[in-house]
Amino acid sequence: MDVFFYIAGVVAIVSTIMAISGRNAIHSLLYLILSLLAVSVIFYLLSAPFIAALEVIIYAGAIMVLFIFVTMMLNIGIEREAEKKWLQPRMWIIPSILAAILLVNLILAVKSVQVIPGGSKAIQPKQVGISLFSTYLLGVEIAAILLMAGVIGAYHLGSQKKKVKHRFLEIK
Amino acid sequence: MLTVPIGIQILFAGILFFLGLIGLLVRRNMIFMLMSIEIMFNAAGLVFIIAGTHWRQPDGQVMFIFILAVTAVEVSIALALILQVYHHFKTLDADAINNLKDSN
Repeated sequence: MDVFFYIAGVVAIVSTIMAISGRNAIHSLLYLILSLLAVSVIFYLLSAPFIAALEVIIYAGAIMVLFIFVTMMLNIGIEREAEKKWLQPRMWIIPSILAAILLVNLILAVKSVQVIPGGSKAIQPKQVGISLFSTYLLGVEIAAILLMAGVIGAYHLGSQKKKVKHRFLEIK
Repeated sequence: MLTVPIGIQILFAGILFFLGLIGLLVRRNMIFMLMSIEIMFNAAGLVFIIAGTHWRQPDGQVMFIFILAVTAVEVSIALALILQVYHHFKTLDADAINNLKDSN
């Protein structure tokens, strides 16, 4: 089983690097979908098949389709000159080095912590559902309020305002 | 059953998170910045799943479902904002949106 984890991990990391370094937005989004599918395989290997299905259906299915829809609607294929100037090595090398330092810090922190595993039974989706609607019921309701606010906000932001002029000035 | 040490698993999630962080810091195209935020959200969710599997508690998966809801809301709002920015400025360059800056 372990070899599947490493294969999926390498696929996820390589496709994520391709996604953040690409020039063409659509190609990068397709690489990102590949990365999400690889992470979904890892969820399955971690004995969370329900979450793996949610990852494919919601992340790779719904959210990425929204991205691709907006990208195609705005018709932004190849980037403009301004960003090409920003992608010179002297511009991205310092943020990358700082982030790499943070990553080394995290590696050292993880290596120095001892963790003890719990029981031996895998988690069933039924347990997740029971926990979601008993212990975390308040969280579910807050998430519902958040989704409602998101729907209203996206509708408000997405609607094109009509330019209102005086009716006598309106050009027929 | 997976026998990969938990350090390696957390390390994988950390690499994904920092790839997203580098993308957010380096790219100026707003679509790419939003994609990088998605990568970071996904890596954070992965840590929850790893921890939940390690301690055999369902709480990690519950937290991932909450992260999924937050991500869906965030993406829809951010894409609506990107559409508005594109209509106003005719570009997606995050540096072009500097109307509040003094223009000397």
